[in-house]
Parts: sequence; structure tokens; C-alpha cells
Amino acid sequence: MSKEISNKGYLQKDPWENLRSLSKARIALGNSGGSLPTKEVLSFQADHAFTKDAIYSDLKKEELLQQLKEFDLPLYQFQTEVSDRKEYLKRPDLGKKLAETSKSENGDFDILFILTDGLAADAINERAIPLLKDIIPKLKEDYKIGLCLVKFGRVAIGDEIAEKVGAKFTAVLIGERPGLSSPKSMGIYTTFEPKSGITDERRNCISNIHEDGLSIAKASELLQYFINESFRRKISGVKLKANLPDQIDRK
Amino acid sequence: MAKATPERSGDVLAGIAAEDNKERIAAQYCLSEIPLKAMLNDLVIPYEKDEVTRLIIDDHDAKAFKPISSLTVAEFRDYLLSYEVDGTILKDLAPGLTPEMAAAVSKIMRNQDLISVAQKIEVVTKFRNTVGKKGHFSVRLQPNNPSDDPKGIAASIIDGLMYGCGDAVIGINPATDNPQEVSKLLKQLDDFRQQYEIPTQNCILSHLTTTLEIIDKAPVDLIFQSISGTEKTNSSFGIDLHLLQEAYDAGTELNRGTIGNQMMYFETGQGSSLSANAHHGVDQQTCEARAYAVARKFDPFLVNTVVGFIGPEYLYDGKQIIRAGLEDHFCGKLLGLPMGCDVCYTNHAEADQDDMDSLLTLLGVAGCNYIMGVPGADDIMLNYQSTSFHDAMYLRKVLNKRPAPEFEEWLLKMGIFDEQGNRKELKEQMLKLKS
Repeated sequence: MSKEISNKGYLQKDPWENLRSLSKARIALGNSGGSLPTKEVLSFQADHAFTKDAIYSDLKKEELLQQLKEFDLPLYQFQTEVSDRKEYLKRPDLGKKLAETSKSENGDFDILFILTDGLAADAINERAIPLLKDIIPKLKEDYKIGLCLVKFGRVAIGDEIAEKVGAKFTAVLIGERPGLSSPKSMGIYTTFEPKSGITDERRNCISNIHEDGLSIAKASELLQYFINESFRRKISGVKLKANLPDQIDRK
Repeated sequence: MAKATPERSGDVLAGIAAEDNKERIAAQYCLSEIPLKAMLNDLVIPYEKDEVTRLIIDDHDAKAFKPISSLTVAEFRDYLLSYEVDGTILKDLAPGLTPEMAAAVSKIMRNQDLISVAQKIEVVTKFRNTVGKKGHFSVRLQPNNPSDDPKGIAASIIDGLMYGCGDAVIGINPATDNPQEVSKLLKQLDDFRQQYEIPTQNCILSHLTTTLEIIDKAPVDLIFQSISGTEKTNSSFGIDLHLLQEAYDAGTELNRGTIGNQMMYFETGQGSSLSANAHHGVDQQTCEARAYAVARKFDPFLVNTVVGFIGPEYLYDGKQIIRAGLEDHFCGKLLGLPMGCDVCYTNHAEADQDDMDSLLTLLGVAGCNYIMGVPGADDIMLNYQSTSFHDAMYLRKVLNKRPAPEFEEWLLKMGIFDEQGNRKELKEQMLKLKS
């Protein structure tokens, strides 16, 4: 008769667990016969599950539009040439083009805030409005502001939209590629004098806006800095980034 | 060529893929009838336009090519698979092959063919240890940290060593690519290696120009660079063949290897040329094979394809990633390179750890030289999933493979592994490594 196994003797622990405090890396996991212990397999898969779901989350358009209306600013809504999530992932080129049916009037804005789902719609669903609520009151007096919501957009969609409605500066709020530990992360890309066909070195980026990353308040502070500096120096991109003041702590 | 390529999203994105399955198989029939020697004249990117093409043609060894010079692509596949053709014959053949020949034949080979031929070929390289011998399987220990924090990096290194990883290289992708930071990291790794007399080599995967800047002052073991298969793509990476030669010469002069002095480390990956808009209408797998012509010019210690890192717009799902990984390993080995593979995916690709297990196992059978070892397969700096220390343990166990011989001896000496290659039950007091 086989004996009942009563303890966890078949699991090897790693006696350097104290090193875990030094890094967020998955270290000192232990092993069963060289393979991962069950606990660690499930924990990894749980993180991956949240991450995958974030990618396939949907932009809550109606809710967002309702909330955007409350700012009482000109509001636009656009479509890209992408028709579903699968196409979005496979065809980055289509996410940078507006569907031909998109029509609009010229608004001649200083700043246009553009919300798009990117690779994690939930990041926009949850973090875009709080950020706008924080920053718009601080900018309203000095700048003419417009708002825009676009589904299945890439960062560069902001350039075509800016040309279409007229804007000197765009801030594209977009869901970032989710990492295992940060599935709902928002990024903001700012561009001074956006034009179709410009490349990324013309943009400034504020990334990792999520629960364990950059807070809404800090992101707003940074964004305000980029806006004011861009208008003062009439540039955006790598040249601006070099002069980021030290007093803004990115954490 | 493009239309004959098994389906992948990158070729569709580039607008060069077959329209449907019927067109693809028709293209494969056409390709199979092309004589290999036609590929020496009918160039995918013109000679005048591209220095990689010039390298391929100028370095082609007609004598080595002679035995197969009358074969078509179809006949070449049969030849490669035949009993008579063994590793020695394939090794002699390599200088006679162009990347386009390797890519062409791979397009009419099934996954098992790619494995079957690749496992005949042994490519052994040496620096402070021996990587690539049959029956051995090595791992790059990849202790990346989002802020290059020395303590965080040390913690990951210790973890990896305790699982028998790090024999291919201990290699860090720096979060900040500047000379001071990279020098600091190199010094940390070198001190650690010397303190514990670890028979391995280190590398900070900074840009080649950064490495060249510090090579006289910092302890540079392996010289790293990402490379690609067209001049224009390489130029978007900020390099050309001349610069690579300069780095190779500087590395040769350092002479830091103990049992060999192969010190170049290259990374590649399908899709990079399309991503840089520099593919000249050539499919992404052929572009990738052309990168191997660049690599072999500099007698590298390690080459690996970072197969799933680039994202679903180039390789959509697990199936496409697995196929591409096997193609890259096959083409690299056929061209004589010490191929490893970063078996990996990003979260927006339609893939998961099960797909990585499959590719990892297939590559192990194919005789892949090394994989990446990332703590828990989760790279907290680059935000993608690769293979873990545990994955390496698994593979060595099921395929009965050992670490690099010199490194295995060290693992035994330190009491980390037993003679069977199993991890010993480590007690605190046995833990000789301290951060």
C-alpha cells in the first residue's frame, strides 16, 4: 500500500526569499522537481488573464461621451478604418487613419485632448476622465480647448484629427501595451503643431499612469509642464524632454 | 518568395503575402522548381543598392557550393533530409549557401523538417566556456531591472545561478544606454564573476557605439548589437558593416576569452525591416535570414532570434511564433551560426505560456544552443514574457541535456546541482553567494 503524503517535502523552497524585497522580479519561487510550484503557475496565469482581458476590453463610449459633455467644451467623435480588435492588432496602419465618413467643423483649438482605447481600453475608461478633471480647470483660462473620442486609434491618429479640426497642440490619451504587473496603464503623447506623417521623436510621452505607477496628480503636473513649455518654446519631442525640471518627481 | 511563405501577419501588413491558400501553394510549387544557382544572379535586393547583398555575393564560396550547384529548391530539401547528409557535410556546405537559399528551402519544409535538419548541425563556440555541444543546452541569464538597480540585478543573478542558468552569458538589457551606467553594470558583473570564479561571460546589451566608447576602460566580455538583413534597416539601428568590423577588431584585441575568443553577440528578429520601412518588398523571413549573413561575417559567440517580441502585427499568434522560431533556428544553423532563441511573446499577441512550452521543447529537440532565463519568465524591464530558469531545468531534464561542461563543473563544485543535474535541496548555510 502506498503511504499518504502528509507534508510538503516534495516542494523545494529557495532559502534566499529575503532577496525578494530587492526586486519585483519573480525570484525565489521554489520548485517541485525543477518545475514551478503550483502556487506560482497559477499566480502567473492570473496576472496574464487580467492582462489579456485588459487588451480585449471595450471602450465605454456612451459613458465616456456623457462624462466628456460635462466639461462643456466642443466635443468630437471619430472612427478609424479599423473595424474590430483583431484587425486593430494586426493592422497598426489602419489605426492611424480616419474613416472617410468622419466629418467635422474646424474649431481652431490651442489644445485638443484625444481619448483612444489603444491596447487597453479599460485604462481610458478608468483614468482619462479623472485626469481631464484635474487638468482642464488649470488650463481653461489660457487656452482654447477641444475634446475628442476615437475608437481603435493609434497615437498618430492625433495628427490627422488635429489637421481636420484645427489644433496647435494635441494630447493623445491612450491605453498602453499591458505588462503583467500593470494591465490598465494609460499613456499620454503630446505633440506641438501636429501634422500627418511626423514621427515619434516629435512627441513627448508620459507613461505608466496606473495604480502602482504614476498617479493622476503627477501625470497632470507633468502634462501641464509639457503644455506650457511647448507653447513657450514652440516645440515638442526629444529637445523638450532634456530640460525636464528635477523637482517633478516621476514617482 | 513572399507568396510562398507560410502565413504571417507581417507579410500581410506589408502587402506582399499570398492572397489565399491556393495562391500560396502555387507559389510554393514555383519556388520548389527554382535552381539554387539562379539565386546567385536573381537577387532579392540589388547589388548596387545594399551592402548586405554585396556581402552575401562577394563572400559566397563557390567551391563549397559545388556539390549542390545543380539542385533545385525541392531537391535541396530532399538532400538535406537524406541519411547521407550529416553534420560534417552541412558544416562544409555552409559557406556555399546564401541566406536566400536557406530561406527558400525552409518555406517548403514542415516544422519537423526544420527540426530534423537543424539537429544534425553542431555549432560549438568558445569564450570562457563551451556552448553548443551536442547533449548540452545553455541559458542566457537575463536579470533585467527597470531602474538598473544593482541590488535588484544581483538578486536575479543569484536566483538564476541557483537554477543552473547563466552559462551562455549573463546579459543585461540596460534601462539607460549611456557609457557611465553601462560601465558601472559591467564592473558589477565582472566583480561578481571573479569573486565566485564563474566560468562564464558577461554582456551589457547596449548599443555598439556605447560599447565602443568604453571598451578601453570597462571590462567588456561580449560585444552586443541588434542586426538586420538590409543595409537600410541596419542604418536605422545606427550601424553598418564597417562599424561592426571596427567593433570586431576592438574585441579581438581585448582577448579576454580564456579557451576561445569568439566575442560577438547578435540579436535578430523577423519583422524588423518592415518595422523600419526598409524591407524592399522582401518577406520578413528572408530579411531575417539575410541578417545571418551579417552575423556570420563576424564569427559570433552567440546569436539569437527574439522571435515573438515584435508583436502581433508581425507574428500574430502562437502558431506563427512557433513556426518563425523554428525557421530562424534552422536557417541560422544551416548558415553555420551558434543559434539560440528568445522564446517569447508580448501580451497583445495571441499566445501564452503553453505556446512557449511548445516552441521551447521543439527547439530543444532541434538542438538549439541556448534560450533566455528570465525570473519567472516575466521581464519586468522590457514587459514581455520569455522563458524562465525553471523552463531551462525542465528542458534539460526531459531531453537529458547538460549545461556547458565548464559551467556544470562549477555548479557541482558549489553544491548547487547533483551529478544527475537535479537542483540540490539548498539550505541557508549552504548558500555561498551573497549579494
